[in-house]
Amino acid sequence: MTKVYEKSPAFFDTFTRKPSMQKTTHYCPGCGHGTLNKIIADLIAELGIQDQTIFVGPVGCGVFIYYYYESASVSAPHGRASAVATGVSRANPDSVTISYQGDGDLAAIGTSNAIHAANRGENMIVFFVNNNIYGMTGGQLAPTTLIDQTSTTSPSGRSILNDGFPLRMAEMVAGLEAPVLSARVAVNTPKNVRQAIKVIRKGLEAQRDKKGYAFIEVLSQCPTNWKKDPKEACEWIDDVVCQQYPLGVMKDIVEEHPSQKRKCERVEFDAIAEQLNLTTSDENGFQPIELIEDEVRFKFAGFGGQGILSLGMMVSQLSMERHMEVTWLPSYGPEMRGGVANCSVVVSKEAIGSPVVDQPNVLVALNRPSLEKFGPLVPEDGLIIYNSSLVDTVPENLKGKVYALPATDLASEAGNVKAANVVVLGFVAQKTGMFSQADLETFLAETFKKPALLELNLKAVKAGWSAAE
Amino acid sequence: MKKLVKGNEAVVIGALVAGCDAYYGYPITPASEIAHAASEYFLPLNKVFVQAECEIGAVNMVFGAASSGQRVMTASSGPGISLKMEGISYLAGAELPSVIVDVQRVGPGLGNIGPEQSDYFQVVKGGGHGDYRAIVLAPASVEETYHMAIKAFDLADKWRSPVFILTDATLGQMMEPIDIKEEPTHRSDKPWALDTTPESNDNLVTSIYLDFDDMEEHINKLHAKYAKITEEEAQAEIYGADVPDIVLTGYGITGRMLRSVVDKLNEIGIDAALIRPQTLWPFPSKTYQEIVKPGVPVLSVELSCGQFVEDVRLSLPGHKVTHYGRVGGNLPELDELVAQAEKCVQEAK
Repeated sequence: MTKVYEKSPAFFDTFTRKPSMQKTTHYCPGCGHGTLNKIIADLIAELGIQDQTIFVGPVGCGVFIYYYYESASVSAPHGRASAVATGVSRANPDSVTISYQGDGDLAAIGTSNAIHAANRGENMIVFFVNNNIYGMTGGQLAPTTLIDQTSTTSPSGRSILNDGFPLRMAEMVAGLEAPVLSARVAVNTPKNVRQAIKVIRKGLEAQRDKKGYAFIEVLSQCPTNWKKDPKEACEWIDDVVCQQYPLGVMKDIVEEHPSQKRKCERVEFDAIAEQLNLTTSDENGFQPIELIEDEVRFKFAGFGGQGILSLGMMVSQLSMERHMEVTWLPSYGPEMRGGVANCSVVVSKEAIGSPVVDQPNVLVALNRPSLEKFGPLVPEDGLIIYNSSLVDTVPENLKGKVYALPATDLASEAGNVKAANVVVLGFVAQKTGMFSQADLETFLAETFKKPALLELNLKAVKAGWSAAE
Repeated sequence: MKKLVKGNEAVVIGALVAGCDAYYGYPITPASEIAHAASEYFLPLNKVFVQAECEIGAVNMVFGAASSGQRVMTASSGPGISLKMEGISYLAGAELPSVIVDVQRVGPGLGNIGPEQSDYFQVVKGGGHGDYRAIVLAPASVEETYHMAIKAFDLADKWRSPVFILTDATLGQMMEPIDIKEEPTHRSDKPWALDTTPESNDNLVTSIYLDFDDMEEHINKLHAKYAKITEEEAQAEIYGADVPDIVLTGYGITGRMLRSVVDKLNEIGIDAALIRPQTLWPFPSKTYQEIVKPGVPVLSVELSCGQFVEDVRLSLPGHKVTHYGRVGGNLPELDELVAQAEKCVQEAK
């Protein structure tokens, strides 16, 4: 005798993940989920993809999908199955990732995640079980509930004015460029089941072949919450539900779409080092700097666009290369967007405590507001270097040693006012004795690769240095 | 080799050195440089980087990747962390190793993008629903951010737990040198993970236990694990005098500033010590009990109105602990903190 039908081997023989009644499902009598589960299980067996298959379960009536399939499974937070499936699919490029979601899960709380997974063309197949109602939570209004259909939260029927229109998800997904398949099927009659098998096979094959994202909306009957017997419920799908949600294939580019497998690799440290450009050695021949104080605390301040932050970075980088401890802290607050910028740099022989510079040893003020704000904070033995190209009067309440540096004019003479920060670098290096002219030239040569730009900056740094002598 | 980087970049470099496989995130100031660096480094190395459609999407992608056994991370700042909290509860419930970075900004609401430490309750005390804990690491420098990023992945694997790295706008935005080299990491075998081998067909990652007794057993198992973590992983830096006139305490950027305050106090003849917790959960309560002698004043400083101080007080029952906080994006000046400390010492006399 030939065996013509058997329970799919993709199913557990006994539902051992179920806490009790391990021979029956948790679905209500007449529910469409069972039929859909069986179609999927038969096709997984037919296509031989059981080991590759990973199920992502939703919250809703599909929450226990993992009871039935002997495949790796994960249960997602409500609405998030498509996002969880994104993580699963990216981590398992060889998988057939199935996201199984209901209408509350996918079309209400999780719409954003569902649409964006579709739009990225994730390698996954989404089964969207549309029964126009929240089943598990007790028959509330779903985004898919029909106009005038009653539910426990629309007792006098769905009102367009109050609740809007039923959402047609398969059409919405078909409107996106990335998905390769978007279709709506039903599981209420033998004819519709045969058509559903055809479409679902295509969707699963597309997954096996890494064709991208497939979306299959499945109209499913919910006799319990529709308050109909199973036969009436099946008839109601044909007579009423399909008027709102026509069956059919809304988009199918599976054949012509190329396979798309995403990368997911582990790499050795050498590859990381190369990516991070860790090329030179710390044994660079540079000597530690003789600082004017054990710890020099800089404040660089000026207008946004004067290169204040990068000036601080240059001093930090040069100091780090000379084996000093260093911190660089940008000003952080509303002024960031308002045009005034400052940064604190600390260079020290020892580990640095606070990176915040309240009382700078060295202040560079490239505009008047900076000089007025920070100048009085510099102690008597501190240095105040201000941009005399832009500041004509110096506040009277300064204690530190004040140097006028026409940074903008010198930069302009060197070829570009934007090099004012490099003029300052030359001046600061000379005045603090932290870096030699050769140090600065080497550094600029490494920083500016374009010859014209390098020449400009070399001129600028020299102008600053000379002004300090 | 040493590289001058922002705290936000250091966390990504640490993750790379730890063998992080995937990054999922959403832009938010002042954490965005983490996503910038992750996209710059992960994609050319053929690792996974996805800018998610939302914070909730990002944390759930982390959930999927962690279910699959990947080393995976996400990062955000206060408002984004609030959104991720549901997902973090699921990560804890399903015991999924994962790393979450919170670069704290000012709140509540939209607040502003300056530094604060007001996510303490949200991050350290739970934040999401249910009776769970997550390990919280609190670096105080860019270098420590880098090393804690590496450690976070090991801790996540070791304990099958989400691990937070709690920084702030200052630590995220400031630059310091980090010394990047190959570091030993301990990636756990994950026989429970979802993959495409026949062995994983029976694997199930879930946080749902319908049967009340099964659920109680699961929660008790989690808490037995939490007790072990509390025993083994609590960590703090101690700095300053052995027999102090005052003990200062703070975490992250505040703890680091207090180090300078200890030095300044010592200069004016006040022997001060610092306790800087490096783990906020588990909280290093024992360190406080060992260091703080009866009658010695304790000054607790944080960039919030008194969240962290609650754990300090719980660690020192009956002891007077003075709180000092700045908020709104303001950092205290060192002299301001010195004055607070002097006041505490005077009052204790």
